[in-house]
Amino acid sequence: MSPELFPKDAPLLSRDIRSADVTDTVLAPMGRWPGVSWYILFGIAKALMLLLFAVVGLQFVIGLGIFSITNPVGWGVYIVNFVFWVGIGHAGTLISAILFIFRQKWRTAINRSAEAMTIFAVMTAGIFPLIHVGRSWVAYWLIPYPAERLLWPNFRSPLLWDVFAVTTYLTVSLLFWYQGLIPDWATARDRAKNKIFKTIYSLLSFGWTGSVRDWNHYERGYAQFAWISAPLVLSVHSIVSFDFAVSLIPGWHTTFFPPYFVAGAVFSGFAMVVTLLVIMRKVFQMEHLITIRHLEYMNKIILTTSMLVSYAYITEFVIAWYSGHQSEQYAFYNRAFGPYGWAFWVMFICNAVIPHAFWWKSIRTSLGAMFVISIFVNIGMWFERFNIVMSLHRDFLPASWGEYIMTPYDYAITAGGFGLFFTLFLLFCRTFPTIAIGEMKTTLPNPSGTHGHGHGHGSHHEKGHHAPAAGHATPAHTGAH
Amino acid sequence: MARIEYPAIVAYFHDGHHLAEVAEATRIKFKKKNMDAYTPYPVHGLEDALGLKRSHVSTVTRYVIVTGWCLGFILQAWTSSVDWATNIGGKPFVSWPAFIPVTFESGILMGGITNLLVMLALCRLYPRPKTLVLDPKLTDDKFALIVPITSGEEESDIVAYLESHGAEDCVVVEGADRQTQEYQMRPAILRTKGVLTHEASPAPAH
Repeated sequence: MSPELFPKDAPLLSRDIRSADVTDTVLAPMGRWPGVSWYILFGIAKALMLLLFAVVGLQFVIGLGIFSITNPVGWGVYIVNFVFWVGIGHAGTLISAILFIFRQKWRTAINRSAEAMTIFAVMTAGIFPLIHVGRSWVAYWLIPYPAERLLWPNFRSPLLWDVFAVTTYLTVSLLFWYQGLIPDWATARDRAKNKIFKTIYSLLSFGWTGSVRDWNHYERGYAQFAWISAPLVLSVHSIVSFDFAVSLIPGWHTTFFPPYFVAGAVFSGFAMVVTLLVIMRKVFQMEHLITIRHLEYMNKIILTTSMLVSYAYITEFVIAWYSGHQSEQYAFYNRAFGPYGWAFWVMFICNAVIPHAFWWKSIRTSLGAMFVISIFVNIGMWFERFNIVMSLHRDFLPASWGEYIMTPYDYAITAGGFGLFFTLFLLFCRTFPTIAIGEMKTTLPNPSGTHGHGHGHGSHHEKGHHAPAAGHATPAHTGAH
Repeated sequence: MARIEYPAIVAYFHDGHHLAEVAEATRIKFKKKNMDAYTPYPVHGLEDALGLKRSHVSTVTRYVIVTGWCLGFILQAWTSSVDWATNIGGKPFVSWPAFIPVTFESGILMGGITNLLVMLALCRLYPRPKTLVLDPKLTDDKFALIVPITSGEEESDIVAYLESHGAEDCVVVEGADRQTQEYQMRPAILRTKGVLTHEASPAPAH
C-alpha cells in the first residue's frame, strides 16, 4: 500500500465528521431492531452458553469426575480457560488506562467496546475457578469474613490472591467503564423519543447534564481511575501467573512468569479486540469512526507483544538448558516433543510466526488479513495456556506420569465459555453506546464544523443572528421550553 | 447535576473553545464568580476560564488507597498471627512478602469504589427517573454558558455583550418546576434606545 494513503500529519479522523454525526452513528443501533445476522449469531452464542450451564449443572449433580481432571493433571481445562479469559480481559483496561495516561487519542474509538469485552471476559473467566472448587455453593468461604467456623482463608495461597485480584479487577473495571458511560447515557436520554427508554436512560445517566462543574470532578475522577487501573491491570495477570510460578513444578517455577503472562494477556486481548471490531465497525457502519488506522495501531501492538511472548518462549528453553536441572530440562524437551508437542507447535506458529506478517503495511491494513491473524493469535494463546497447564502431566517421578485426555465435557465447557462471552458482547452491541461518544468528540479535528479554534470573537454569526437588529433573534428552539 | 443560581442567562454557542474565550471575558468584565457552562464533552481550559478550582476527587481517593493498604495488611497479619495463628510450612506467622498481593488489591479495591462514589457525590449524581435538561442538544453538539444575574439592567448588558461576541441565542432561566421537572424560561430583557423591553415572544416550535 502506498505511503501517501495515510500521510503522517493527516488527522486520524476525517475533518468532515461533526459532533452530531458521532452521536447519530453510535446511538443508531440502540434505536432499531437487529438484523437477521445478529439473531443467528446470538442464537449460536446463546446455545453454547446454555451448553455451559447444562454441563455445570451436570457437574453439580455428578461431580468433578465428568471431566478428565485427575492426578497428575489436577487443573486441566478449567484453568486453561480461566487464564485464557483473564488474559483476553486485559486489553480493555490497558486501552482505557495506560493509553489514557500516555495520551493516545486513538483509544477513544475503541475503549468502550474493549472495556466491555474486558468485563465480559473476566466474568467468563470467573466461572471456571468457581466451578473448579467443586462445591461452588460454598465458594464464598474464600472471602475473609468472621464466620461461625472461626477460620480464616490462608492468605499465603496464590489461589486466594487470585480471588482478590480478579474480584478487584472486575469491580474497578466495571466502575471505570460505568463512569465513562454516564455522559453517554445522558446523550441517549436527551435524544430518546420513547418515554420508557427516556426514563431508563435517565436512571442510567444519574441525572448527568454536562455542567462544567461536573466535568471538573468527572475528569479528575477519570484520570485517577486510569492511574489506579494501570498498576491493577499489570498486577492481575502477574498474580494469575503466581498460581504457577509460586509452585515447585518444573516448567512453572520461573521468576519471569509475571511479565511473560502480562505480555501474553495484552497480546491475546488486542487480538480479540481486532476480531470483534472488524465485524462491529462493518455491521454498525462505523468505518469512519473506527478507521483502518485505528486497527493498524492495534496490529502494531499485537506485533510488539508477539515478539515479547516469542522472547519469553525462547528464554524458557534457554534457562531450562542453562539451569542444568534434569527435571526442568526434561519438562521443556517434553513440551516440544512429548505427547502434547503438537500443541506447542500450534502455539509457536500462531503466536511467534504468523503475527510477523504485520511487518508488511499491506497486511496490517487489510481487514481480511488482520481478522484471520487475530483468530490465529487467539488459538495460539489458548494453546499457550494449555501447554503451561499440561506441564503437570510429567513432573519429577516417572511413576506418577499420566495424560490428560479431553472428554466431551471438557470441549463443552470450553465452547460454552465462548458462548457466554459472545452472548454478553452481542447484547452489549445492541443496548449500549459502543463508542465513547463524549470522548470521541474531543478527538475530532473539527467538531463544530468551523475552521480552527483560534478565531476571534464575533466570527460565528452564520446561524446566530437571524434578525439584522443585533440580539433580536427569535430562534425556533426556545419555543420548546 | 450542578444547580443553577436563578435567574440566569443561558447563552448558546456551537463551539466549545469559542465559549471558553467568551466565558473568560464575561467573567472578568462583569466580575462574575458563579458562572457555569454546559458542554457535550469536556472542553480543555473551560474550568480555568470559569475560575473553577481543581477537583478534590483524586485527593480523597489517594488517602483511601493508603488506608486500604493498611487495613488489608492488618487483616492478614491479625488473622494469621493473633485470631487463629496457623503454622503453614514453618513460615513466620506474619510472613509479609506473601501478604503483598492481597494488601495491594485491597487498597485498589477500596480506592476504586471511593473514587466513583466521591465523584457522584460531588456532582450530586444519583439515579432519577426524570432529569432537568436545559436543552437536549447540550449533550450532543451545543454549548451553553450560564451567567447568573441580579437585575434587569445587568441582564440586558450581559445579553448584549454575549450576543455581540457570537452567542447564537440568549434566554433567561427563572427557576425549575419540581412537579413537572422542567425549567421555567423567558426571553431575555433587551435595551432598545435606552428602554428595557422584553424580547419578542418566541414562536412555539412544535
